[in-house]
Amino acid sequence: MSITPQTEPLAKIKSKQIRELLKTGKRIDGRELDAYRPITIETGVIGKAEGSATVSLGNTKVLVGIKVETGSPNSDTPNTGVLTVNAELLPLAHAIFEPGPPDENSIELARVVDRGIRESKAVDLEKLIIVPGKLAYVVFVDIYILNHDGNLVDASALAAIAALMNTKIPKIVVGEDGEPKKTEEFKPLPIQDCPIPVTIAKIGGSLLVDPVLEEENMASAKITITITKNGNICAIQKSGPGTFTLDEIVEAEKTARRKAEEIREKILSSAGG
Amino acid sequence: METVKRKLIDENGLRVDGRRPDELRPIKMKVGLLANADGSAYIEQGKSKIIVAVYGPREVHPKHIGLPDRAIIRCRYHMAPFSTTERKSPAPSRREIELSKIIREALEPVIFSEYYPRSMIDIFIEVLQSDGGTRCAGITAASLALADAGIPLKDLVAACAVGKVDGQLVVDLNDEEDKEGEADMPLAYIPAFNAASLLQMDGQLTEEEFFKALEMGKKACLKIYEMQKQALKERYLKIKESVEAGEENQEA
Repeated sequence: MSITPQTEPLAKIKSKQIRELLKTGKRIDGRELDAYRPITIETGVIGKAEGSATVSLGNTKVLVGIKVETGSPNSDTPNTGVLTVNAELLPLAHAIFEPGPPDENSIELARVVDRGIRESKAVDLEKLIIVPGKLAYVVFVDIYILNHDGNLVDASALAAIAALMNTKIPKIVVGEDGEPKKTEEFKPLPIQDCPIPVTIAKIGGSLLVDPVLEEENMASAKITITITKNGNICAIQKSGPGTFTLDEIVEAEKTARRKAEEIREKILSSAGG
Repeated sequence: METVKRKLIDENGLRVDGRRPDELRPIKMKVGLLANADGSAYIEQGKSKIIVAVYGPREVHPKHIGLPDRAIIRCRYHMAPFSTTERKSPAPSRREIELSKIIREALEPVIFSEYYPRSMIDIFIEVLQSDGGTRCAGITAASLALADAGIPLKDLVAACAVGKVDGQLVVDLNDEEDKEGEADMPLAYIPAFNAASLLQMDGQLTEEEFFKALEMGKKACLKIYEMQKQALKERYLKIKESVEAGEENQEA
């Protein structure tokens, strides 16, 4: 059951300051409304994982590890590999995170990231089948939030796509006895798109790209729009208890499209895709 | 093994169930059918059947989850094990947990929750039969159940999905269109604010298609909004009749 959350108490003086600044088109950290915090991407940080990446978005820090195993394909898709995305809001990342099974926020985060990757067909799942109906590569994308300072969706999705581009999977040959065998050879995961999510928060009548936690806590709603390399929209999620007017949605979509282009270049150059 | 994919739009431009692209499925709404609930509603949209109950405002339990300045809203979207072709485990799935959250967030903007501090309003959505569009039909019915419970609302929320099948934008997708189509975009619309309180999308749409889909979704939601008002009027006429009949009995 989903319950209205108790939001982080934000000092009145701080929220007033944020609102006053927004009236002049400025933000508490000096950014423009449509500016991202500095993004740094590092890939291949966990040697035992088949792929990995850390992404920092200002003080938000996310680690994604990819494990690849073999297993049976899903019964409704016997001819494709399997992709699963899971997110952990680690208690070490913020005082508000408690240990325990994934709550609705971590499930929503994982599912929004999943949707962007799946619907853009970023991973060519059809190439990940080994024996149709019997054996397939199973790709686990595990998102580890290390420090929470807002906009977990964008940081997680960027780390996920950077890690996937960095993933090498073992070549598997099916012997004459029909038994699949792992070989010592590795090949890159088949990647065919680079979906970029852009999250926009609404405070009063202002739309802000890449909100920090303080902005997120006072935003009435957020919207994440994910754009493929061809410029198609492949996933949208409105989140939070407020609303967006249809005009605001149109404006957000245009901003998202513009920012996604910029960020994709950054990802491609640092992930070497 | 190649399976031949069925065409979702035929040569006359009609869909698998004979509808035009902008045509809704047949919709039936009924308000006030559960005796115990403070408010309830039932909706049939095509083959999808959903029942919603609202309890509250009532005392918060446990007390510490209450808010000092407004009511908390609790929302559960749940699918019956027999609602789908393959039995669905009754345990809440990740999908149901996500939908419960975004449905709560779709309904909260219209509720005057500040009238009821330290109390809670519960919304229970049970999908009895699922054939696509259940989150939207659930929202449509839940706002009727909230109104039936007498909870002050800023407006009703009407919801409907827009999608893309065989390259064409269509409204109110059924299960087959949702599964085989190229995109699905559920939208919950609040006419009084001209705003969306739920917007999701999966699949692929160009910018032009997206803007067109928003307009189509708004139009579809406005049609559903009219049906919602009609369903509420019918409920109140019934109450009025029963009250008047009661008065006559007393006089006699």
